[in-house]
Amino acid sequence: MCLSIPSKVVKIDKQNNIATVDTMGVQRDASMDLMAENDVQIGDYVLLHIGFIMNKIDEEYALQSLETYKEIIQQMDEEERQRAILEDNACPNRGA
Amino acid sequence: MSLELKNLYDNFRDSDTIKAYAKVIKEDAAQLQYRSGASPQESGTRSINIMEVCGGHTHTIMKYGILQLLPENIKFVHGPGCPVCIMPKERIDHAYVLAMQSEVILVTLGDMIKVPGSNGSLQDARSRGADVRFVYSPMDCLKIAAENPSKKLIFFAIGFETTTPMSAALLDVVIKRDIKNIFFHINHVTVPEAMGALLVDAECKIDAFLGPAHVSVISGSKIYEEFPRDYNRPVVVSGFEPVDVMHSISMIVKQFVQNRCELETEYKRAVTREGNLIAQSLIDKYFQKAQNFRWRGLGDIPKSGLELKPEFDRYNAETIYKEILPTQEINDHKLCICGDILKGKATPPECSIFGTACKPTTPIGSCMVSSEGACAAYYKYGNLI
Ligand code: SF4
Repeated sequence: MCLSIPSKVVKIDKQNNIATVDTMGVQRDASMDLMAENDVQIGDYVLLHIGFIMNKIDEEYALQSLETYKEIIQQMDEEERQRAILEDNACPNRGA
Repeated sequence: MSLELKNLYDNFRDSDTIKAYAKVIKEDAAQLQYRSGASPQESGTRSINIMEVCGGHTHTIMKYGILQLLPENIKFVHGPGCPVCIMPKERIDHAYVLAMQSEVILVTLGDMIKVPGSNGSLQDARSRGADVRFVYSPMDCLKIAAENPSKKLIFFAIGFETTTPMSAALLDVVIKRDIKNIFFHINHVTVPEAMGALLVDAECKIDAFLGPAHVSVISGSKIYEEFPRDYNRPVVVSGFEPVDVMHSISMIVKQFVQNRCELETEYKRAVTREGNLIAQSLIDKYFQKAQNFRWRGLGDIPKSGLELKPEFDRYNAETIYKEILPTQEINDHKLCICGDILKGKATPPECSIFGTACKPTTPIGSCMVSSEGACAAYYKYGNLI
């Protein structure tokens, strides 16, 4: 019920205050009545909820999250690597 | 790197990231100890009960098997679910009575279709000849009303803060275009009041909250500031994807390890402290706090519902049809223990009629009504828990 879908703005109809958004290949119209004038632009990522754009998705924060995730996976991989080395007596990297 | 739409789906559901967070959470949770001064029974590793307030999170937690990824001392209490679950029967009876009027087209959002009132559900009303329509967006009402000028369209408005501004936007258009045949029955409720009501019970077992995603997009994270401050409960506002949820759980556990109690936002790509101010001003323009709203499962919670301001009475179906709307309150079944489940005092299988008399096809209590309710989620995914 409270779900909304990340979408990309592909067209803007200023007269009717409606944007056409693309959700992974599906296009539909969304009202911009909850957004400030000229706030929504073509190419913006937005959240779509029951026919309305409820806000924009902040690209910078989204990318920041993706960066954090990359780091945490790397960290996990590195710890696994270290453990594998320690557990294998014959490993030449041991003690390195 | 530039962002692509695909990233917003795939990367936030990535199984390696979920695993990495599971590991971090496990390591941190192992460090959780009772602080000195706790009673002797409370020694050793402490458990944390996290409530996800919103049914959207319940859905993610169940669908992605998040409970199985967590260490034993991190537990979940599933929250009031969704606006459909918490709708008391007397409000559904209102919808039913309105729908049965020959001049009325009753319009609501799809989620309401199956919920039984004392005379049946809206689906039943339809099979008995009522004109009931389920729409994707409130704006769909404009077309239906225009095509049926001799009928009165009543929009049965439901939803938390997420959905309230859309009802206000519809009313705004109705007034601006002077549309004469659209009316409203308002059932919007607000989240912080319900969270507060849960915490007032001294036996409540909730230690921290996963704050709703899209309620917060509209209202801003500021609406939760009282919980760390006045109730000593941390809140982390979380997105709905599984990586968001794992990340948020890890943030909550870190707060306990580091002895902090704060409001934090994980879902920064969509939530600010202030929220969507245009949406908020539309809500303020048309709605005011109602004295009280009776939540199914939780009972009366003062100031937790909204109503139309009196100057918009002529659009208010509750005022217009006052004479025919039932006023009697209808309580939950006496065997239903939803209230205790919502406070973390019991789990669904402890209810004596769980899975027998009360099932998703024949729900008796609120937590079984929609797929986002705690009992319905246990019923569907129970063998995984
Ligand atoms: S199983 Fe049904 S009756 Fe029992 S607590 Fe859950 S919703 Fe209420």
